[in-house]
Amino acid sequence: MLKKVKRRYLALSIDSQESFSSDEFINVVWLAVQKLFGEYGASQTGLRLIDYDAGSRFAVIRVSHAAVEQVRAALAAVTEIRRKPAAIHVTTISGTLKALYRRINSLRKG
Amino acid sequence: MTRIYADLHLRPNLKNREQASALITKAFQLGYRLVAATLQPNHAKEEIEKLRSLCKEAKLDVTSRIDLQPKTPNELLTALRRFRREFEIVAVLCWSKNVARQAAKDRRVDIINFPSFDYRQRFFDKAEAELAASGIASLELDMEPLLKLEGEMRIRLLSTLRREAAIARGFRVPLVISSGVSDAFLVRKPREIAALATLFDLNIEHAQKAVSKIPTAIVKRNREKLGTKFVAPGIRVIRRGKDC
Repeated sequence: MLKKVKRRYLALSIDSQESFSSDEFINVVWLAVQKLFGEYGASQTGLRLIDYDAGSRFAVIRVSHAAVEQVRAALAAVTEIRRKPAAIHVTTISGTLKALYRRINSLRKG
Repeated sequence: MTRIYADLHLRPNLKNREQASALITKAFQLGYRLVAATLQPNHAKEEIEKLRSLCKEAKLDVTSRIDLQPKTPNELLTALRRFRREFEIVAVLCWSKNVARQAAKDRRVDIINFPSFDYRQRFFDKAEAELAASGIASLELDMEPLLKLEGEMRIRLLSTLRREAAIARGFRVPLVISSGVSDAFLVRKPREIAALATLFDLNIEHAQKAVSKIPTAIVKRNREKLGTKFVAPGIRVIRRGKDC
């Protein structure tokens, strides 16, 4: 029987003076994962863009539970997007989207 | 208990107040509560005071650090005699094996570091680790080159750092993971630095200790030593006066 894949949702903030499209953003993330872990490693992350807001430079991605640290390391290795200095920080992490948005809201309020 | 995260290797440019302020503010925003700013021996007291006021504004605890880069072991000993009591953290950037050996066994050295951008210049081996384990020096690994290098150079550096981390673990030499950055865009959250450290086969718990417990312990130990009440390890002055 197939084991159920556990997932984690990561809320990200993009630290840059520029705005980027969702394609530019996710391409950079994929590239960072590939550079550090190769195509085989990248295939195990289960990376997917769930939500992206270019205006507030906010994104939500979904990754496999086992690959959270790998993705976190790859995100930390991003230093530029479209040749402009940028950093991607993990704001919060959760097992469900509902809990993730609840945490984001409480962080924004508090 | 909440962890206190520390970055013992920030390199603010004190001549550019704006840049230094951005770096310190970013470190605080990303969750650090203790940072060590690398200062030059010739830094004017005014500049150091400026840094302290910047950190006070940002509610960040700052500690002074000097990076010694001696060419010979004798030069290192002279520098240690001169600067040990002036800086809370003394780090030695080792450009030769002889200097690395001397730095590892000298109990006045807190941190040994190696040129990060050239993996050939890193001399941390088993003999070095044995000496460091008998002293108090910690091995520092900077993350800046991992962010800046690409391709073959990064691959080779990763492999060297993985080997050094394994040797340090084997000989129980404390590991300190620092950023080593001077640009605010390159500051990363402590948790992200720990995730990068897992690339050297450290487990996440060890990696988190290397950005929290170990660096804060170094600063605490040195502040106690440099304080007026310190006599020897475990002995301190409780009270002075005629009634003692």
